[in-house]
Amino acid sequence: MRHLRTIPVMTVVLALVAAACGAEEQTEIPGTITLIAHESFAEAVSETTFAPFTEETGIEIDVLASDDAGTLVNQAVLSKDNPLADVLFGVDDTFLSRAVEEGIFRPFESANLEAVDEDLHHPDDLVTPIDYGDVCFNYDKAWFEESDVEVPDELTDLTDPAYAPHVTVEHPATSSPGLAFLLATVDVFGEDGWLQWWAEMRDAGVNVANDWNTAYYSDFTRYDGDSSIVMSYASSPPAEVIFAEEPPEVAPTGVIEAGCYRQVEYAGILEGTEYPGSAGELIDYMLSVEFQEDIPLTWFVFPANENAELPTEFVEHTTIPDAPTRLASEYIAENRDRWIDEWIGVMEG
Amino acid sequence: MSKFRWGWVAVALPPVLFIGYFFAYPLTRILTLGLSELSIGSSGLEARLFRVGWFTLWQAIVSTILTILAAAPLTWAVSSYDFRGRRLAMALATVPFVLPTVVVGSAFVALGWTESIGAILAAHVFFNVAVVVRTVSTLWARIDPRIQDAARVLGASEWEVFKRITLPLLRPAMAAAASIVFLFTFTSFGVVLILGGFRYATLEVEIYRQAVTLFDLPLAATLAIVQLLGVSGALYWYSRYQERTAVSWTLERGTNLRRPRGRARLGVLVATVGTLVALAVPLSVLISRSFTGAFYQSLFRDDPVVGTPIDSIWNSLLFAVVAMVVATVIGVLAATVITRRHGTLSRWFDLTLMLPLGTSAVTIGFGFILALDWPVDIRASIWLVPVAHALVAVPFVVRSTVPTLRSVPPETREAAAVLGASPFRVWRAIDLPIVSRAVLVGSAFSFVISLGEFGATSFVARPTSATIPTMIFRLLSRPGETSFGMAMALSVVLALLTAGVVMTIDRARFGELGSF
Repeated sequence: MRHLRTIPVMTVVLALVAAACGAEEQTEIPGTITLIAHESFAEAVSETTFAPFTEETGIEIDVLASDDAGTLVNQAVLSKDNPLADVLFGVDDTFLSRAVEEGIFRPFESANLEAVDEDLHHPDDLVTPIDYGDVCFNYDKAWFEESDVEVPDELTDLTDPAYAPHVTVEHPATSSPGLAFLLATVDVFGEDGWLQWWAEMRDAGVNVANDWNTAYYSDFTRYDGDSSIVMSYASSPPAEVIFAEEPPEVAPTGVIEAGCYRQVEYAGILEGTEYPGSAGELIDYMLSVEFQEDIPLTWFVFPANENAELPTEFVEHTTIPDAPTRLASEYIAENRDRWIDEWIGVMEG
Repeated sequence: MSKFRWGWVAVALPPVLFIGYFFAYPLTRILTLGLSELSIGSSGLEARLFRVGWFTLWQAIVSTILTILAAAPLTWAVSSYDFRGRRLAMALATVPFVLPTVVVGSAFVALGWTESIGAILAAHVFFNVAVVVRTVSTLWARIDPRIQDAARVLGASEWEVFKRITLPLLRPAMAAAASIVFLFTFTSFGVVLILGGFRYATLEVEIYRQAVTLFDLPLAATLAIVQLLGVSGALYWYSRYQERTAVSWTLERGTNLRRPRGRARLGVLVATVGTLVALAVPLSVLISRSFTGAFYQSLFRDDPVVGTPIDSIWNSLLFAVVAMVVATVIGVLAATVITRRHGTLSRWFDLTLMLPLGTSAVTIGFGFILALDWPVDIRASIWLVPVAHALVAVPFVVRSTVPTLRSVPPETREAAAVLGASPFRVWRAIDLPIVSRAVLVGSAFSFVISLGEFGATSFVARPTSATIPTMIFRLLSRPGETSFGMAMALSVVLALLTAGVVMTIDRARFGELGSF
């Protein structure tokens, strides 16, 4: 009797093994796809964000929030053997090479990629660019009008004692825009010259804040601080208009094009997903004009798809720099620690 | 006899499973992974590590001493006298405890206190005064006044009464409060980052930097072990101290508060008003900023980006209730085991329960990711959020309950047992009425910890559900005057909610009915 009973058990086991082996390529449509993203993306997802995608494909999107881009990549690496999600969104150039090294992504070439500037593409299409944001100096228009000072054009202007004491940057070891601007100076002045520029800024009295919050809401003259020039984002002036008590005609702040650094955010299919096909469809959707046109007003960054139209606030109240600085992710990964240490040596040593 | 032992197993099992599965297991997994790749030898690192370790230790010790000193006047006032506004004063002193560090940090920066060790210490005191006031006053208010009266009759001055009677009796509670403040400040993250920056990194900040931004998991694991050793050392010393100083004496069922008269009235007034004014200075910055526009109205409006801000209250309250219930049940069971079973095992159990409070959030969060897909995958469960809160809150329940439980004279229990009461009956009739007050203090803290979030969940991957603190972060991380104003207004709402909840819990007196 015992032997007879093992037969059906064996059949079930074999069927399961066969199913597990066959999971390599997706055969069925999943009920849900899980997307893991950093908190600032995830918390702004609303019921309508992925509704058109669900309507078309019948697939629901579950969103998981992670703290920030660094935590996000770490979590994906730690859970490599049993992924938490199917798609990851929010890795940028500063953390990309770590993710690539660990082999957490599965290559995917989106059909919508042709509408994206070649410069933003990943060379091996391991990840897909979804948006970009420019970290730029913002200036307080009212302060410059009152004090009758010219708005500076070049980073070299800033070392002038007329400007430097009124400039706030963030610390590169504790703040993401702080690190971005460090990279910008490396790009602008080169490995040989960037520390010299920082030394001049230090001597002229530049202010360093520990995070964006302090820089913007405590040190900026617009919020009763002492700095009329603060490292922020190209999307900050439109935000000042949209989140004003009484929407003004012109933005109270402006963008200085010199020294802008372009941060690109990518989405990738996580290796080990059971549904690579549907995961790819989700990335296609995130790169579609429909989704891309929602990006500026939801996440305050710029759409990667060039066919997406910008909302009027983003056209009227900000400048998209023509030639922003940007460094390759491998180059950043190799040198970041050293650069930060050298920066600390000059600024705090 | 054997039936008796099985009873203890049943009492000990839930806390052991809880701490084992949600703390010890993930911690072991992440540390094993980190250490398996270990290769020590980076030059110049030791010097920095030594500096960071030393700074972490001394700032925590100084912060703890300063907090106890700063809390002393108010603790004395609320423990000795009944006066109008007593509960309100205690509730207001608790408010700083829940405020997100980023909000308090911005208030300190606005006051010009930044980039200095003084600012860090001041912020630590500001956050933790409530821990001392509440933990110590629970015990102090219930010291039998006849002991003190007897000393007075024998000719002791007020100072002698305090020094020779009150203070020795309070030592266990003071040590309990000090241990919690020490752990909080030893693992301080946000305060140090915002007010001190990179220069004043603690081990916690360094672990975050190594693990999250530099991807040096082995080094982060090494640091986490250094942090754990430091915390364990302090806790071991504390538990020995507590066992040595514990005295059994009869606690009153109710509190023994008198109306202040004569000079005492002035003392109470100065102590209470002085403390509250000092705490109110940073708070007043938030309040005044929240009124520079119609920001409170905006909290009720649908925002295109963050939704309706005020709705985040419901998620916060739900998590807080769950965290409170879990922490209270686990904490009370654990405290019962700790106080009734003596020996090494019990001491280590006590120590282990305290460890989550002294372990970096990164370590626990990454441990969850690595470990909690067994036996079933719960890594992405929304309930990990209140569980993480409860993990940090259990020590509060244990610490506020143990000193009171230890003070129950064993003879009372033995008498009840001899008269035929079952162990459960003994616990219900003797222990519970005496400790209920202390348990409530722990529960209130659990609730408040969850409400304030404390970053315990930052490194857990979780379904989105905006709580009040995450909503404040969201608003504060975008430009625009209404974003900033709404964040300030929501902080004030959080403060009011906290004060309200604490006052309500303080008013509850279920144990004193003796029927629960």
